[in-house]
Amino acid sequence: MLKRLHIDQQQKMLKIEFEGKTLEVRAGETVAAAILEAGAEYTRTTAISGAHRAPYCQMGICFECLMEIDGVPNRQACMVEVQEGMKVNRQYGVRGLADEKLV
Amino acid sequence: MKNLYDLIIIGTGPAGMAAAVTARNFGLSTLVVDEQRDLGGQIYHSLENARPENTFALGTDYFYGESLIRSFRKSGAEYLPETMVWNLDENHNIGILREGKAYQLKTKHLLIAAGAMERPVPIPGWTLPGVMGAAAADILFKVNDMVPEEPVVLAGSGPLFLLVACRLIDNGVKIAAMVDTTRFGSYLKSLPYFPQALRVASYLGKGLSMRWKIQKGDFPIFQSADNLAIYGADSAEEIHFTSLGRKRKIHAKSFLLHDGVVPNIQFTRLLECEHQWYERQRYWKPVLDDWGNTSVNGVSVAGDCGGIWGAKAAEHAGRLAAIDIVYKQGGLSAEEKILAADPLIKKLGREKLIRPFLDQLFPPSCHALVPSSDETLVCRCEEITAGQIREAVSLGAISPGQVKSYTRCGMGPCQSRMCGLPLAEIIADSRQVPTPTVGHLKIRPPLKPITIGQLADLELLK
Repeated sequence: MLKRLHIDQQQKMLKIEFEGKTLEVRAGETVAAAILEAGAEYTRTTAISGAHRAPYCQMGICFECLMEIDGVPNRQACMVEVQEGMKVNRQYGVRGLADEKLV
Repeated sequence: MKNLYDLIIIGTGPAGMAAAVTARNFGLSTLVVDEQRDLGGQIYHSLENARPENTFALGTDYFYGESLIRSFRKSGAEYLPETMVWNLDENHNIGILREGKAYQLKTKHLLIAAGAMERPVPIPGWTLPGVMGAAAADILFKVNDMVPEEPVVLAGSGPLFLLVACRLIDNGVKIAAMVDTTRFGSYLKSLPYFPQALRVASYLGKGLSMRWKIQKGDFPIFQSADNLAIYGADSAEEIHFTSLGRKRKIHAKSFLLHDGVVPNIQFTRLLECEHQWYERQRYWKPVLDDWGNTSVNGVSVAGDCGGIWGAKAAEHAGRLAAIDIVYKQGGLSAEEKILAADPLIKKLGREKLIRPFLDQLFPPSCHALVPSSDETLVCRCEEITAGQIREAVSLGAISPGQVKSYTRCGMGPCQSRMCGLPLAEIIADSRQVPTPTVGHLKIRPPLKPITIGQLADLELLK
């Protein structure tokens, strides 16, 4: 869905896990851009009809980029930077409860 | 972070940064928050990380932001990126979420400089993956050095639409077609404002050079396009439209929609500031005095979230708002305030000259206001169609709030950011009344999702 304009060898890369598969992504990238560039096609399915959706605004308005990031559902993937070892899944339908520690 | 600031600013676009620099010059303790990681708002997004290879495509207007960013960095304002504001109240308490933790701060004065957003374009198929706002594609270029998968169709109108098209051309992106929805009638309507626009000829020159670059491109341009619809199974495959009486179909991989930008009024609505309807561009904006003060005591607005005037106007407005805030807190006498403000008022007035012409030339298109087909999704989150909204109106739901109760339109995660404007337009169209008379959805906290755990763990800074 997205194409990277410049590829440079010295670029720092890191690994994230997307839907259980390891992806090598460029450091500094947003999660949404990184997974769409890797061919993800969509970021979530809707809560009502299960339709596929992908980011529309890239600036935190549309909430179409909702994903489950490191166990927390409904994160705006266009506003989160990739981190080494990050676990990213699509948000399928309505979010469940977050995997929060109850302190 | 501390418990009380003289000034808290939301947003690090030109208005927010300029206001912070001015406030700091007069010694105000200033905190600036922004939910993005990088400085610059959307216009100067990620300028500090711009790749040298992209200098030409980004252009001089983009790098104009460099000196402002530099002065902001040196200003001594406390700056918190990746910080989301989830609540504001009339007592100037501000709820923020940072690194997963919620805090409540207090400020003597609040300046909202939250910028603009692209006007949602509810046409059939606009929810399919592969469709996004033209500005969204531009953000991907600025932040991620990425472009949409080729070939690309651009559909819409407006100054930003032309700019995005030019950046794609400069980046060598294959464009399948440019579907221009500008009406011929708009050219005529904009004529009376042309002499005034001539006084800022540099803007007109930019517009013409962008047009020229697009005209020279190796792709078809379809004028006066209407009846836009995008089709595809799991993702967008083709766009249908009419242009000059002929039906057209274009295949592509990516479809970029644009129909101008509108103020982000989520914060001013939450605070129940008085708003006014701007008929020419059909959007709501907060009612402001000459210094950006809203109807709520101690709350000001600067930049495009107070009405679309552009980046340079935003910068001047930010400085003016800050001067007034400094004056109110005793840092300037009345005379000093006028003296400091005078050159800025002149510059701001000059920046505003071009806008009436642009606003007439690029009014929102009909399909962006009221979708003709009942099947078109309006509320993307709750998947509410134009037909369902019309049905609710026929059953007696006469305001956006009532339609929301009937249908859940506007109740999803985006909290009506996308459907709010078209919802009111559809209701008004069904009822055959002017749009501002049907009212607007109420905005409530939290402005963006925050977990119960984060809320329970809220730290009140003392």
